[in-house]
Amino acid sequence: MDFSLTKEQEMLKKLAAQFAEEELEPMAQEIDEQHVFPVENFAKMAKQGFTGVNIPEEYGGAGGGQLEKAICVEEFCKKCMSSGATLSIHLMAPETILKHGTKEQKEKYLPQLTKGGVLGAFALTEPSAGTDAAGVRTTAVYDEATDEYILNGTKCFITGGSRADILVIFAMTEPKLGTKGMSAFIVERAFEGFDHGKIENKMGLNGSETAELVLEDCRVPAKNMLGKKNKGFGMAMGALDSARVGVAAQAVGCAEGALELAVQYASERVQFGKPINRLQGIQWYLAEMKTKTEAAKALMLNAVYAAETKKRYSIEASMAKLFCSQTAREVVNLALQIHGGYGYMHDYPLERMYRDAKLTEIYEGTSEVQKLVISRSLVK
Amino acid sequence: MAFDSSKIEEFKDIWVFCEERNGELMRTDFELISEGRKLADEREGAQLVGLLLGHNVEGLAKELGGYGADKVIVIDEPELEVYTTDAYAKAIVDCIEDKKPEVVLYGATNYGRDLAPRCAARLETGLTADCTHLDIDMNEYTDFLRKASTLDVDGTKWDMDDVNLKMTRPAFGGHLMATIICPRFRPCMSTVRPGVMQKREFDQAKADATEVERYHIEFKEGDINTQVQDVVKATKKIVDLIGADIIVSVGRGIAKDIDGGIKLAEQLTEAFGGGVVGGSRVTVDSGWLSKDHQVGQTGKTVHPKIYVALGISGSIQHKAGMQESDLIIAVNKDENAPIFEIADYGICGDLFKVTPMLIKAISEARANK
Amino acid sequence: MRIFVCVKQVPDTSGTVAVNEDGTLNRASMETIINPDDLIAMEQALQIKDETGCQVTAVTMGPPPAEGMLRELVAMGADDAILISGREFGGSDTFATSQIIAAGITHVGLQEDDMVFCGRQAIDGDTAQVGPQIAEKLGLPQISYASEITKEGNEVTVKRMLEDGYMMIKTKTPCLITCISDQDKKARYMSLAGIKHSYESPYQIFDFEELKDEPLIQPDKIGLKGSPTNIFKSFTPPQKGIGEMLEGADMKTAETLAAKLLEKHAI
Repeated sequence: MDFSLTKEQEMLKKLAAQFAEEELEPMAQEIDEQHVFPVENFAKMAKQGFTGVNIPEEYGGAGGGQLEKAICVEEFCKKCMSSGATLSIHLMAPETILKHGTKEQKEKYLPQLTKGGVLGAFALTEPSAGTDAAGVRTTAVYDEATDEYILNGTKCFITGGSRADILVIFAMTEPKLGTKGMSAFIVERAFEGFDHGKIENKMGLNGSETAELVLEDCRVPAKNMLGKKNKGFGMAMGALDSARVGVAAQAVGCAEGALELAVQYASERVQFGKPINRLQGIQWYLAEMKTKTEAAKALMLNAVYAAETKKRYSIEASMAKLFCSQTAREVVNLALQIHGGYGYMHDYPLERMYRDAKLTEIYEGTSEVQKLVISRSLVK
Repeated sequence: MAFDSSKIEEFKDIWVFCEERNGELMRTDFELISEGRKLADEREGAQLVGLLLGHNVEGLAKELGGYGADKVIVIDEPELEVYTTDAYAKAIVDCIEDKKPEVVLYGATNYGRDLAPRCAARLETGLTADCTHLDIDMNEYTDFLRKASTLDVDGTKWDMDDVNLKMTRPAFGGHLMATIICPRFRPCMSTVRPGVMQKREFDQAKADATEVERYHIEFKEGDINTQVQDVVKATKKIVDLIGADIIVSVGRGIAKDIDGGIKLAEQLTEAFGGGVVGGSRVTVDSGWLSKDHQVGQTGKTVHPKIYVALGISGSIQHKAGMQESDLIIAVNKDENAPIFEIADYGICGDLFKVTPMLIKAISEARANK
Repeated sequence: MRIFVCVKQVPDTSGTVAVNEDGTLNRASMETIINPDDLIAMEQALQIKDETGCQVTAVTMGPPPAEGMLRELVAMGADDAILISGREFGGSDTFATSQIIAAGITHVGLQEDDMVFCGRQAIDGDTAQVGPQIAEKLGLPQISYASEITKEGNEVTVKRMLEDGYMMIKTKTPCLITCISDQDKKARYMSLAGIKHSYESPYQIFDFEELKDEPLIQPDKIGLKGSPTNIFKSFTPPQKGIGEMLEGADMKTAETLAAKLLEKHAI
C-alpha cells in the first residue's frame, strides 16, 4: 500500500513542523505550568488556516481530508501536545457540521470555525454517560410557541468547553427510546441558559481546558438541530471514530517528539568518557522506540485511509487508537528513562510529555473500550 | 581606444579604493593599503595606487601614502560628497577604463559590497567577495596553504610562475575555504573583509613623498538615479542573544557579588567592541538577570562569534544552547567543570580576578591591532 | 505592476556541513532551504502586494528540483514562478549568473512600474554580488541593504542600512533592491490555501532554447566558460583542535589569550 504523501501534503507537513517549532514549542512549558488554554496559539493556527484543514474551501477551509488533519495534529504534538490536541478536538465540530448540517447551518457556522478563530467543541459525555452514550440524561424539549428546543442537563469533561463559542451538543429528544431518541444541536455560547461549570485540574494536557457544561433551560432554535431528529447517536459514534483517529495522530506525534529528544540527548550526554548512545542498553531502547513508533504510524495511516475510503471504520480507528496511545506512553517512558534524572525534571519537556501521553489512553474511549470495539468484530 | 577587459597584458598596478565617510578615512583603507603594498611588492614593476573619492578630500590623500601607497588618485566632485552607487560606480569605472589597473581592492563594507559588483559587471570582469587572504607570488601562496589548509602542499604540483591574484575566502560559513582567480580578464577585483588584514606602521616620510593626482569626472543628467534624503547615525542598538556576535555569560560563580559580576561581564563585552550579557539558568531563576538573558532555554540556541562563560559549570542544557558558538572561552574555579570540555580556551581561576585582566588585555590588543 | 523576486535554494549551513574528501561541499547530504535574505525579499514584495495588489513573480536559477522551493514561495503568496534551468547555465559565477537571470527578466519584460527584489546575499556564497550585477545588466538603479521599502506611484523610498546607522534613499521604478533580514523581520508562513493551489499556479521553465535569443545570452558570458572567476583551489581549514587550558590565571594568561584571539582574527 502506498502511504507516500503528495507534494502538497509534503509541503503541508513542512509548514506544520515549522509552525510547531517556531510558534508552539516556545509556549509549551508555559501553558503546561499555568494551565491556560493557548488562545494565542489557536489564533495563529486560524490565521494560517489549520483550524479548517479538513473542511472544503467553499466554507473557508483548506480543502484537505483526514490525512491532512492527521499530518497537522501529528506535527503539532511532536512539540506541544496541548496545542495539537486542541486542534484535533476543535476539528470535530466543523467536521460534524459539514457531514450532517444543512446548507444554511454550514454557511453560518463553518466559516467562523474554519477561519474566524472561533473554537469549536463536541459535547456528548455526561457524568453518567461516558462511552455508554445511552446514559445521556440531558433533555431537549420542543417549545412550539417559539420554535425552539429547551435543553437541560450537565455535560462533563468537555475539551474546550470553557472557551468554545460554537458547540455540537447531544441531548435526548425522546428519552424513552434510549440511544434511538438522541439528537444533536448546534449551540452558541451566547444562547440563553448556557454556561460552563468548573474547569478540571488534570494530570496533564494542561493547555487544553476541560470543563463542565451547564444547560439550564437553554433555548436553541429548532433550525439549529443538526441532522435528523433522533438520529444523534449514529452521528456521535461516527464522530468518535474520527476523533479516535485524531488521538492516534496525537499519540504518534508525541512518540516521535520523544524519540527525537532521546536520540539527541543520547548523542550529547557523555558518561564514562563517551556519549551514552555508544552503550548497547541505550541503543536497544532507541531501536525499540523507533520500531514501535513506526508500527504505530502505519496503523494510524491505515485508519486514516479507512476514514477516507469507508463509510464506517470503527475497527481501524479503535486499533489505531489503542496501539498508538500505548506506544506513546511506552516511548515517552523510555525517552524519559534515557534522560535519567534530567528527564524527571520539570525543565525538560519529557515529564510533561509523560503526563500528556497518558491521556491518549483514556480520552475518546479508554483502551479497554477500544478492545471492546475490536473484539466485538471477532467474537460474534 | 575602447576598453577591453580581456587584453590582460595592457593592465598594470595595484589599486585600492579608499572609502571616506564624513571627511574621514576608514580603518579598512589603511588595512587594504597595507595589504596592497605587499601585493605590489610581489608584482614586479607595479605601483600601489589609492583611489580616493569624495568632495574636499584631497587633504586626506597623503595619509594613505604613510601606509604604503605610492600614489593617490583623488576624484573630488560635489556629486561624490555622499555615497551613491551610481556616482561612485561611474567615477571608478571611467577612471579604471582610462588607466587600466591590474588589481582593484575594495573594503567589504556596506558601500564596498554595493559598489564593487556594479563596477565589475560594467567592466565585464571578475570579482571575488569578502576575501580574507590575498597572494600573487606562488611561494607566498603555498606557504599560506601549509599553515591554513589540510592540503598536502609539497606533494602537489604547482605552477610556480602563476601571477594571477589568488583570492582566498571562506565559504559555507567557514567550513570550506576557496581560492579564486580571474585569469582571463582585468582588472582582477576583490572585496576584502574588514579587520583581517594587518595595518602597517605609519611612515611620515613616505606620506610626505606621496604623489597625488587629481582626476576629473564630468557627471551628466541621468547619471545619478538615486537621491539620498538623509543619513542617520544609529543610537545604541538593543541586540538580543540570538543575533549577538559577542556574548559574555555569567553563572552561579557570581553569587558572592552579583552586581559586580554582571558589571564585569558588561565591561568585557565592551572590551570586545560590544555584545550582550547572558546568564545560565540559575542567574535567571534567582532573579539576578531577566529571562531574556537566559542561554540554554528550551528551543533557543545562540551562535555568536565569541562566547565567554564566566563562572558557569556547564549543565547539559546550557551547553546545548551555546556549543555552536564559533569560539568559546571559559573561566571557572573548578578545573573539572564540564564547560571546559567544549571550551576552546579555558582559564581555571576566580572570575572576579581573571575578568578584569581579560578586559585589560583584550582592550589593549584591540587598540594596538 | 510586477515585482520579480530573485531567490536561491541553498544548503542549510546552520546544520551539519559535510565536506567531500576533495574539499568540495557534499551537497547531497545536506538539507536545502530558501536563502534567508531571499525569503525576506519575498516578504517585502508580498507586503507591497498586500497594499497594492501587484503581481509577485518568484525567479530562480537552478536545477529542476528547485521547483519545490518555487512552489513554496507561491504557497506563501507569490502569483507565479519562473525556473531558469539548463546545462548551459551550470558552473556560472556571480557575473554569469546575473547575466542569465537578467536575461530571464528581460524575456518576461520589465515594465516602467516594475521592481526587482533580491536577498542581499546567499548563505552558501556570501558574495552579495548577484543583485547589483543584475541591476547593472538591466541598467536599473540599485539600492542594497534595504530594510524598509515604500512605494508611492513610481517613487520608491528605501531605508538602507549602514554599519552604524542608515540612510533614506529615493529612486524611481524600475529599480532593483536587495533586502536584508534582521531580528524583527520574519517572512510569513505558507498558508494552507496557498499550499493547496501551489502546483496549479502559472509556472514557467526557461531553458537555454527559450532564452537564447535574448541579447544578454551570449555563449562567452554564461555558464562555466563565461565566468570570469574560477576556483583555483578549495580546501578545508585544519580541524578545530580540542580546547586548551591556558596556564595560570594572571595577567600573562590574559595576554596569551588576547594574542591567540588576535592571531585567529577573532577580535
